[in-house]
Amino acid sequence: MPDFRMPSLGADMEVGSVLEWLVQPGDVVHHGDVVAVVDTAKAAVEVEVFSDGVVDELLVPVGQTVPVGTLLATLRPVDSTVPAGPPREPERPPDAGVPVRSPLVRHLAHQRGVDLAAVPATGPRGVVTRVDVEGAAAPRTRDGTRSSPYARRRAAQLDVDLRSVTGTGRGGAIRATDVEQAAGRAEERPAAVDQVATAAGAPATGDRRTAARQAIAALMTRSKREVPHYYLTQTIDLAQATDWLHEHNRDREVSQRVLPAALLVRAVALACRTHPSLNGFWRDDRFDPADDVHVGSAVALRGGGLVTPALLHADRLSVAQTMAALRSLVERSRAGRLRLRELTDGTITVTNLGERGAESVLGVVFPPQVALVGFGRVAERPWAVDGLLGVRPLVTASLAADHRATDGHVGSTFLAEVDRLLQDPDAMDRTGT
Amino acid sequence: MNADQARAAVLDALSRIAPEVDVSGLDPEVDLREQADLDSMDVLSLVAQVSDATGVPVDEDDYDQFDTLARAVGFLVRRGGAVER
Repeated sequence: MPDFRMPSLGADMEVGSVLEWLVQPGDVVHHGDVVAVVDTAKAAVEVEVFSDGVVDELLVPVGQTVPVGTLLATLRPVDSTVPAGPPREPERPPDAGVPVRSPLVRHLAHQRGVDLAAVPATGPRGVVTRVDVEGAAAPRTRDGTRSSPYARRRAAQLDVDLRSVTGTGRGGAIRATDVEQAAGRAEERPAAVDQVATAAGAPATGDRRTAARQAIAALMTRSKREVPHYYLTQTIDLAQATDWLHEHNRDREVSQRVLPAALLVRAVALACRTHPSLNGFWRDDRFDPADDVHVGSAVALRGGGLVTPALLHADRLSVAQTMAALRSLVERSRAGRLRLRELTDGTITVTNLGERGAESVLGVVFPPQVALVGFGRVAERPWAVDGLLGVRPLVTASLAADHRATDGHVGSTFLAEVDRLLQDPDAMDRTGT
Repeated sequence: MNADQARAAVLDALSRIAPEVDVSGLDPEVDLREQADLDSMDVLSLVAQVSDATGVPVDEDDYDQFDTLARAVGFLVRRGGAVER
């Protein structure tokens, strides 16, 4: 029977601890259900189970740090005859039409008396996730404010009165980061300390900062030691893309508007389909192409540090969906609620310096990936079009790639394809899903 | 909406987006993106939250009204007045 072990987020992770168990013995779990929140040097991560079963026993208590690979919980087959307590699956509830991530989520909603139809969905393709249900169901403290279990525990650890905390979660629910922020205020930490963000929104302790920095250091050192990089750049005219965005955003609410970053990521995802030799991994002295396109997106954490969570199946998303997914990744990166798969499954990485960034970036490949695409700041510059000089919004796209896996010719055609795609945003949007 | 309400709406949103920034210490005439280290996603969140909180619609062309605190307050007071009437 497959058991549930402390996962590894990469070669640089040796230990982790369970921050929160989301299941109890007797719960039925299915492939893909989030069962625990695990704390690593880099981030707090929601960890999914990869088999169906019934939770038998939780072996590692919350807070205990254990090596990667340690057995965290045992599962038994669903049809096991071991008594599983009262039946866990409620009869089909009236909200059956709502897309729900899993029976676990449905069960949780039933347990907490939450109407799934009324829960705002944040999952992919409008699916209601466990976090959504918890946000809607979060129990109220004495004065009626809502808070998550983790937030309450952080409040206890940091000696913070929840009644004094302003919640920024759904419906004003108090999240752990709110508690930590309140604790920081109360202690009146010097600004310099507060400005150092941490991946998990955990207290900005020196240990954690050091660990996060060391994780980045180990990976980048490995890349520069092992990966023979080559670099290519291409200036891309974004006039079509900019016009398309302007048109797209004109009549939409602010929250529905799309930033140029979404078009750039979308173009890279589509170009990966036609250039599979840049989408995958270098392992055991050979290139191992990835079956899917999961575009890692470098997210700068406030005050320092970096995570590169992946947009899963980025090649199947429309432009608007890409934007929503990017926004969700940034928010969850900063709140420390990334999924394990998002941190481990990237097949290529994009770094986008944004509107205040430098003109161009020549990146460092994230091993075992073999390519990293960089975009500098979009700026208006003189540019010759059809023999005439005009002013156009331009961006410098770059490719840093592993020369063991590909040569410059493939890299060149890849960047040319990204360029071509960005000249026809309508087509990029249509090829979604 | 008066200037105090507009300022409060902007600073409230900003303190959620950039919790490490001491919003009371911001120079109202200096670029907010520089002072609070905001990227384009942050600016979009700021505009969305302020627009939600005040009911003032903000077009894409108006984003640069949010480049400083003083301009944002002026913009919200101008537009907010029109919304209330």
